[in-house]
Amino acid sequence: MALFLSLLLNGLALGMLIFLIAVGLSLIFGLMGVLNFAHGAIFAWGAYVGWMVYTSTGSFLLAILAGTAAGFVIGWVMERVFIRAFYGNHVAQILLTLGLMIVMTEGIKAIWGPNILGFDPPTWLQGTVPILGELFPIYRIFVIGVGLLVLIGVHLLLTRTKYGIIIRAGVQDPEMVQALGINVKQVFSLVFAFGAALASFGAVVAGPMFGSIVPEIGMTHQLNAFIVVVIGGTGNFIGAAVGALLVGLTQTFMAYYLPEAAVAVNVALMALVLILRPQGLFGARR
Amino acid sequence: MKTLLQVDNLQTFIGQYHILQGVNLDVKEGRVTVILGRNGAGKTTTLRSIMGLTPPREGSITYEGESIHGQSTHVIAKKGIGYVPEDQGVFADLTVEENMKIAVRKADDATRERQELLLELFPDLKIAWKRKGGNLSGGQKQMLSIARAFVNDNRLLLIDEPSKGLAPIVVEKVMEAILELKKRTTIVLVEQNFLMASGIGDDVFIIDDGRTVHQDTMEAFKSNDELKKKYLGVGI
Repeated sequence: MALFLSLLLNGLALGMLIFLIAVGLSLIFGLMGVLNFAHGAIFAWGAYVGWMVYTSTGSFLLAILAGTAAGFVIGWVMERVFIRAFYGNHVAQILLTLGLMIVMTEGIKAIWGPNILGFDPPTWLQGTVPILGELFPIYRIFVIGVGLLVLIGVHLLLTRTKYGIIIRAGVQDPEMVQALGINVKQVFSLVFAFGAALASFGAVVAGPMFGSIVPEIGMTHQLNAFIVVVIGGTGNFIGAAVGALLVGLTQTFMAYYLPEAAVAVNVALMALVLILRPQGLFGARR
Repeated sequence: MKTLLQVDNLQTFIGQYHILQGVNLDVKEGRVTVILGRNGAGKTTTLRSIMGLTPPREGSITYEGESIHGQSTHVIAKKGIGYVPEDQGVFADLTVEENMKIAVRKADDATRERQELLLELFPDLKIAWKRKGGNLSGGQKQMLSIARAFVNDNRLLLIDEPSKGLAPIVVEKVMEAILELKKRTTIVLVEQNFLMASGIGDDVFIIDDGRTVHQDTMEAFKSNDELKKKYLGVGI
């Protein structure tokens, strides 16, 4: 029971982190049809900027703020300068974003070096708490809590605000949104930047959970995020949330019981969804 | 009578296909202008070209005396042109309420009044207010699409085949609603259903093979069997 609980909480924490990356990727793909392979690199930049601010100021909150802002700016510029010219051209998008990923990862190495950097939780989030007789790291509870808050926040944004309605409508029919007098291009830029900000926010939060960061930190999470997008259905918020928790839990439980197959099981899950329900578990048939 | 929308020698390509090869329209304010023509004649592309969704390569489009050719779709829409596409463009994942909310540009009293009028015209929408667009019937989707286009203070509505795929009784309802809206705005109507079109239209433009081949008042056209047979293949 104790082991199960521990794996469950770890899985939930990982799932929340994957959700933070996947939700942006899902919206960007769903709304703009852009396959962004540089999403993981934005995540990595968020982690490094956060780490830099954290080590120089000692403030974890400032680190989160700086990392998130960095992601927003990178996302905004990336969409405006590079992505905008290639809407509708998937091959060009893949080549372009793969190239950006390489350049951005090398950029991290050039600035911060290629080695592993330690990333400890702030003192107020260190230690453990007993849950049902089992000691559990406070930081992981924090990650689950933050993830839940963001999940609720984004859900409210998408369902209760006019901007959210525009985004959801844009995922389905961007042309009609324009015909109603809304500047879809501007919405695209903002969603791209917002998705990037969420990923880099997740990255700063992820740093202390894993205890360290490396320049390639975005790669694994990006793969997971793509799996989540396929499983949940592109552009579908609930799909991204459920898919991320599913992938996080599966990975954590498999890593304990059958570590060799931890990644393979998620990829197999994705393949199964693609065969049986190509639009994703929560995606609408197009 | 004042011209609200003037289209001259519209030339539009879709990919390498030269779809519109000289469409002219003269839409008078306060009237219903019907665009008739066979399947594939270029009627839908004409509306899409006016909206900037399929931008024309050549020609001129003047709305309220100002050229709108080359402008972005959202800018054109904001000038006061409402668009009801052939497939209705209802957002399936959004409720009726949200579909209306996204369309509203200025939530003032006049808009609320227009929304009230629309819900009176289409009581079905009131009943289905919280239902998702994807779960509506074809007729309800059409009503929602028209309501969305008119909820703003739009001086021109472009409506693409509102009768398509609808049961005759629903077509009648939609027709009645368009007649009601006619009192308040100018309408360009693309229609294959000549009976419906002739019941509400004031002016007619016939498009064939991407060109305007005839223009007339509906009265004159209705009584000219030869023309009807020639361009529409009907002898009513």
